[in-house]
Amino acid sequence: MADKQQQVVVKRARHKSSVKDPGTPGVLKLTKDRFTFMPNDPSSPVKHNVEFRTIKGHKFTKDGTKQALLNLTQDQGGNYIFEFENFPDRNVCKDFVASAIALSGEAGRTVPEKSAVPIQDEQLSAAEMERRIKLLQEDSDLQKLHKQFVIGGILSEAEFWATRKKLLEQNYSRRPKQRVALKNDMWSTKPLADGQIFAEKPAVRQAYLNFVPNKMTEKEFWTKYSRAEYLHSTKNVIAAAAEAAEDEELAVFLKQDDMLVNEARKKIRQVDPTLDMEADEGDDYMHLPIQDHGLPRNDNKDVLDSQYEPYRRSFSQHLNQHAAVVLQGRVIDVELGDTRSVAEALARTKHAELAKDASDVYLDKERLERISRMTEIEDLQAPRDPAVAPLSIKDPRDYFDSQQANAFSTLGDTVSGAKQLKCSVSTREAYCSLKECISEIKFQGLTEPTINSEVAFKVLNGLAQNISSNKYHLGRNPNESVLDSLPKITREELLLHWSSIQELLKHFWSSYPITTKYLLTKATKLKDAMSQIYPKLQEIKESVQSDLRHQVSLLVQPMLQALDAAFAHYDADVQNRSARSGERPNGF
Amino acid sequence: MSPPVPSKILTDDVSLLMVLIDSNPHFWSSIKPHFSFSKFLSHVLAFLNSILLLNQLNQVVVIATGINSCGYVFDSSSGSVSQRAESLLPKLEEFAENDESLSERDDDSGNGVGSSLLSGSLSMALCYIQRVFRSGPLHPQPRIICLHGSPDGPGQYVAIMNSIFSAQRSMVPIDSCVIGIQHSAFLQQASYITGGVYLKPQQLDGLFQYLATVFATDLHSRNFLQLPKPVGVDFRASCFCHKNTIDMGFICSVCLSIFCKHQKKCSTCGSIFGQAQTRDPSASQQRK
Repeated sequence: MADKQQQVVVKRARHKSSVKDPGTPGVLKLTKDRFTFMPNDPSSPVKHNVEFRTIKGHKFTKDGTKQALLNLTQDQGGNYIFEFENFPDRNVCKDFVASAIALSGEAGRTVPEKSAVPIQDEQLSAAEMERRIKLLQEDSDLQKLHKQFVIGGILSEAEFWATRKKLLEQNYSRRPKQRVALKNDMWSTKPLADGQIFAEKPAVRQAYLNFVPNKMTEKEFWTKYSRAEYLHSTKNVIAAAAEAAEDEELAVFLKQDDMLVNEARKKIRQVDPTLDMEADEGDDYMHLPIQDHGLPRNDNKDVLDSQYEPYRRSFSQHLNQHAAVVLQGRVIDVELGDTRSVAEALARTKHAELAKDASDVYLDKERLERISRMTEIEDLQAPRDPAVAPLSIKDPRDYFDSQQANAFSTLGDTVSGAKQLKCSVSTREAYCSLKECISEIKFQGLTEPTINSEVAFKVLNGLAQNISSNKYHLGRNPNESVLDSLPKITREELLLHWSSIQELLKHFWSSYPITTKYLLTKATKLKDAMSQIYPKLQEIKESVQSDLRHQVSLLVQPMLQALDAAFAHYDADVQNRSARSGERPNGF
Repeated sequence: MSPPVPSKILTDDVSLLMVLIDSNPHFWSSIKPHFSFSKFLSHVLAFLNSILLLNQLNQVVVIATGINSCGYVFDSSSGSVSQRAESLLPKLEEFAENDESLSERDDDSGNGVGSSLLSGSLSMALCYIQRVFRSGPLHPQPRIICLHGSPDGPGQYVAIMNSIFSAQRSMVPIDSCVIGIQHSAFLQQASYITGGVYLKPQQLDGLFQYLATVFATDLHSRNFLQLPKPVGVDFRASCFCHKNTIDMGFICSVCLSIFCKHQKKCSTCGSIFGQAQTRDPSASQQRK
């Protein structure tokens, strides 16, 4: 029962003083600046009315565990534990609480200014929230990312979902589930108890409801119906017309089924004209018997008078209708009593459908809008948003100069932490020591032995191990990837870090060039998050076994390089910014 | 200069080894606590002698790479008798003197370890190899080994890449043994492109063992020996205008020179870079 998300969230919940406590049932109401809990039992003392200003954090149980808990923690150590009936409820409240805490915690945290951030105030419909929650539940990787970044405060909800619009839309239009079909019993003339005839031929159903038991008995009705079927089977349209002119009731069976026609029209209207025009076998007009551009021609060219038109029934119509009914399955669940009740039940369902369609204006409108959007001629439209970023002419050499220092430091190992050795000796002294070394050897000769045997042994072992690990581990099993040979924990960690780095870098690079304060804080937040991941990657590289270390470093190296590039860019940008703000006293 | 090769049969494993020794004094004084130049020399001399012992017809030539000059300091085939490697020492001392005299004009205080003239010594080695090629149909198989430690100088990028490509063309592998602190992007590329071995030894006091195990193998034996492969190759280029290492830049479509920013004209081949193409082909005058 969530209204427009920003205003109020009301859910049933139990308030617990501890996790083991069964809790007091009640209603939890969340607004932007406070939450209130009113127990069902008015005499219970458990009433709460707490402002979000005092709430510092929130914890929650993972989806799928026994209890759907949400724990709101206060600064002084107090906490409020709420148990919800199901996880979607809890997740809605959790998201609301997260944003409420963020909003109210302005004093100590770097929250983007409201005026510069239109994204914070987005109006989320309940359907949108539903979709997101469903997506998160289905994809555990997505959920992990979401938890890490959105709950951790690094990215906002809107930013997170902004890059995943396609996922959300896909999820929305789900394919209808399979349903049980009817028996495919086309040729029996018995009025089947399950009302198949009534389902296929609405006119017959209507006629049944109208005639029986007023005008004729059931037996007579079915006799007439059979007569009509017989006339149809002879395909003698003229005879059918003649008999119809005599017998009114028979005419009903013989005429075209108007209701069918209406239904068909409705169905056609519902077909989405914007389906993509992929060519398939039906479009192959080269290999069909070529008549009139491949359309098979009807051979019955007999042209009758127009008065006979209504009595013509084509086989294909009958077949189509039958197929449609079979596929639709059992529409009614009514215990099959007599024919009349079946007919009535069918009539009722049809009416309900009609009513629903008529009132589903919103659906129609949405469809129309979508159609009109897709049929726009793109060339004639102005671009929706500016296709290019605003031009900012900077000297590219500034970027590259700062890169050079990092260019060599990103390569390879660090021996005892010294990245680049400083030579503090003057040139003359350096040459002197060089020449000294040479004369030392000249006079002393080569050392005996040239190399210590232990050292030689170690070197040989190291080389042999290096070569053999390359040879035997790489490429031995074509199906096995490097990741599979790693221990499970390492693999999971690496994959998680990889996906988080992707996400962070995506947002980081998209926020450059920095033009607003919001982008600046966003970039800073992202950079901090990335610098937290960086040492974790180093740790992984060092902690893994020696024979796998090579492959792991191959995997980790590009991640580190990407992060280094981002850091370098950030630092350069900060430097430029501070240099520029030094010149202009009014600052950014 | 070298005497004609005797008519003994040149077996498959006869090699001509060009050794490029890094004699950058700044580099050696900066690495002094870990590894000294004298220890380095003792390992290298033992290695050179071993090469000469492997086959009577093996030849070794040593080129010293300084910061202002490069020079030949040893040629095993000069003189009537094959010389021992120790005879390079006095020549090396001379070379150091010469190099120092060339640098007297520069400022005294070192600001970081400068780069040595790798491109120069590579070119000298390739010239010597070319002469050997032209000496007759029978010649040992040449290869180059760089014992290098100084950092890469981006200003030498063009020259080094040219040397690498000509080595590739002459089918001369360039092996690299990096004794410095960081990897060398140029040498990684050199070994990768020419099919040589790139190694950065973990233990420098076992340098002789590395040299004898990995770099003493002749080219014929390498067909059936497993040699260590490097971790990865850094393929970044330097721009031609400022000699800075760049990841993304502009390339001339005629001569493939790399620039870091948009230019009107290519400085290497002189082609003029035109504007974006207009619809009417007859109106374009600037395209070349």
